[in-house]
Amino acid sequence: MEVLAILIPVSLFLGLLGLGAFYWTLKRGMYDDPEGDSRRILNPEFDDAPKPVEKDKP
Amino acid sequence: MNARVQPSVSACPACAAAPSAADLAERAAPAGARLLLSVPAVHCAGCISSIERDLHRMEGVRSARLNLTLKRLSVDAAPEIDAQAVIDRLDRLGYEAHELDPGTLSMTETDKQGRDLLMRLGVAGFAMMNIMLLSVAVWAGASDATRDMFHLISAMIAIPTVAFSGQPFFRNALAGLRAGRLGMDAPISLAIVLTVVISLFETLHSGQHAYFEASVMLTFFLLAGRYLDFRARAVARSAAQELAALEVPRAIRLEGGAEVPVSVADLAQGDLVLVRPGGRMPVDGEIVAGRSELDRALLTGETLPVVAAPGAQVSTGEVNLTGPLTVRVTAAGRDSSLHRMADLVAAAESARNRYTTLADRAARAYAPTIPLLSLGAFVAWMWISGGDLRLSVNIAVATLIITCPCALGLAVPAVVTAASGRLFRKGLLIKDGTALERLAEVDTVVFDKTGTLTMGMPVPDNLDDHPTRALSVALALAEGSGHPLARALAKALRDRGLDPAVVEELREAPGYGVQGIWQGEPVKLGRAGWVGATHAATTGAYLCIGDATHSFTFTDALRPGAEEVVQALKAQGKDVWLISGDVAPAVEAMARRLGIPQWQAGALPQEKAARIAALQEAGHKVLMVGDGLNDTVALSAAHVSISPATALDAARAASDMVLLGRDIGPIADALRTARSSVRRIRENFWQSGIYNAVFVPVALLGYCTPLWAAVVMSLSSITVSLNALRLK
Repeated sequence: MEVLAILIPVSLFLGLLGLGAFYWTLKRGMYDDPEGDSRRILNPEFDDAPKPVEKDKP
Repeated sequence: MNARVQPSVSACPACAAAPSAADLAERAAPAGARLLLSVPAVHCAGCISSIERDLHRMEGVRSARLNLTLKRLSVDAAPEIDAQAVIDRLDRLGYEAHELDPGTLSMTETDKQGRDLLMRLGVAGFAMMNIMLLSVAVWAGASDATRDMFHLISAMIAIPTVAFSGQPFFRNALAGLRAGRLGMDAPISLAIVLTVVISLFETLHSGQHAYFEASVMLTFFLLAGRYLDFRARAVARSAAQELAALEVPRAIRLEGGAEVPVSVADLAQGDLVLVRPGGRMPVDGEIVAGRSELDRALLTGETLPVVAAPGAQVSTGEVNLTGPLTVRVTAAGRDSSLHRMADLVAAAESARNRYTTLADRAARAYAPTIPLLSLGAFVAWMWISGGDLRLSVNIAVATLIITCPCALGLAVPAVVTAASGRLFRKGLLIKDGTALERLAEVDTVVFDKTGTLTMGMPVPDNLDDHPTRALSVALALAEGSGHPLARALAKALRDRGLDPAVVEELREAPGYGVQGIWQGEPVKLGRAGWVGATHAATTGAYLCIGDATHSFTFTDALRPGAEEVVQALKAQGKDVWLISGDVAPAVEAMARRLGIPQWQAGALPQEKAARIAALQEAGHKVLMVGDGLNDTVALSAAHVSISPATALDAARAASDMVLLGRDIGPIADALRTARSSVRRIRENFWQSGIYNAVFVPVALLGYCTPLWAAVVMSLSSITVSLNALRLK
């Protein structure tokens, strides 16, 4: 039963990790266009290098 | 005079002359121009990349992103780029687009609400999983101190989760109770809160059962229903708000010869107002000077422009086409014909708002039984057990959990989401949540003619009869005018790949046509009498080169799918009507061509509405399909209404659904989908009703353990969702 002392915090931590990841994806607008995103992977653009980050300031 | 005011990108002086200045302006006001366009035809990865790549090449566009889910394009551009420029560019790519209201506040507000709900749903979901992990251990046989510890940890997760995720229900329940209504949210809130309180009490007293997972699960499933419901409505709401305000906010008043721009609200009867070509009439009035033509299609359904000369009456909303007009105001603001129409629309709409949906009826019947049943269980067990408070409260809570309408909360939104997604892919946008149910009841369909069954724009049909020489002269002249026929002619000729001839001294004679000099010969394009040609029987424009005359005849192109939709509706056994404001021969020809048995011509807006009222009086449920301002009263009087995206915003606002594409065909599908979705909704009610009927006695007898509650809740929610997905 002592193993519970490790397993419960671990499971809670994993749950929180998942929640944090969900929060992050939500803030990044990853649920705004599920259909479009599923098609965008077919687009050969930015396959070799990531899309350059648009700068707000010069 | 040219009525077309379409700033093209390359002609934009700011871009060409001072790119660095434009850059600076961009940086100073980064939120300056954010355009939102609805592009109904996009459907694949190819659409995304071709549109985005093309717009990135467009000067002044900083970024463009296409949202395929919402079929919406958002463009971040320099302030001098307007929506029309982007729409023209998309048109060249072959995509039809409409501008959406960037009304930033409402849009971001909707986004924020949606994300807020999603966040609460996510928190409830993750909490549910963790609590379930602990609960399974308890169900598997954890006992004594271990069980208490697991319950305690569950409580530590469940209490903050419910406090955060349950807020939408608590808020609605409070608002409802304050207004003296017992909605669905009050019993839901009661169940959630009471479950947590009892479970906490049991935990602290080392009780055997705690219902933490049930309360979080309840929150999760109900939030899922709420989120689906919200999403279906939010998509429609934002897309239906379009620009192109009908009422002109400003007008030019003539004060002793000087032109003073004033607000329309400041105009009084007797004022003189100047209306330039391309402008809309800001008021009702009488023409005192000038000669032009007026496009009244949106008000009356007439396809052809009418001549406007001094002495003629004009109404608010008509478009002045060719020459400047001076108008003496007879009615402005609240007294104008447009406002009277708006009042009629408001009256008709309030009558329709009384429609109660299936969900409303179910909730009204069901909501009071939940607390009553659990109160009954509590009282009965107090009596049976001889005052065992703890046992009685436990059974009452179990009853509350079982009766709580998890599946009921999903029954309608799941079906509506599936149905509206299906219709959206076919190009039909549902604006009103109850529209599907009303559509399912329809047995009579009334169509408007101009702009609904037809495209509302004339197309020349005898171009092959003329020599290329005459066509290129006609093109040169036609491009000098904003008259609808001239524009249609120019577009058709351009589409044939013709180049305009070199015509000098091009000028427009308002109300008559365009003239110029070509190779030393006078050339004219316009009315028969003015050109010197004989008047043909059909709609036409006439061209003379020297003494030789040519006549161009026009027809109004049928909207794609019009024939099929009438056939399909008749096959479904619906009564089909054609009611138009246009003249009898045109309406009769259209009715015969499409095989519509009943038609009415020359109908005024009120007559259209009266006809629909008479049909409904006779027990029919009417679907009205129309686009014009003259249809708005009829649209709001009908049981349910549809308008094309090209319709006036007043008409779109008055209708329940908007047809996004060019094709009118989806209407027949919509009726079919609506009927099957109402069938699914009923089935869902039955399914969740059966679950309740079976398990309420179990709960009342005191045999409902937390495990049973969890199983019933998830099973009924999943079957209801799966049933919704079955929708064809």
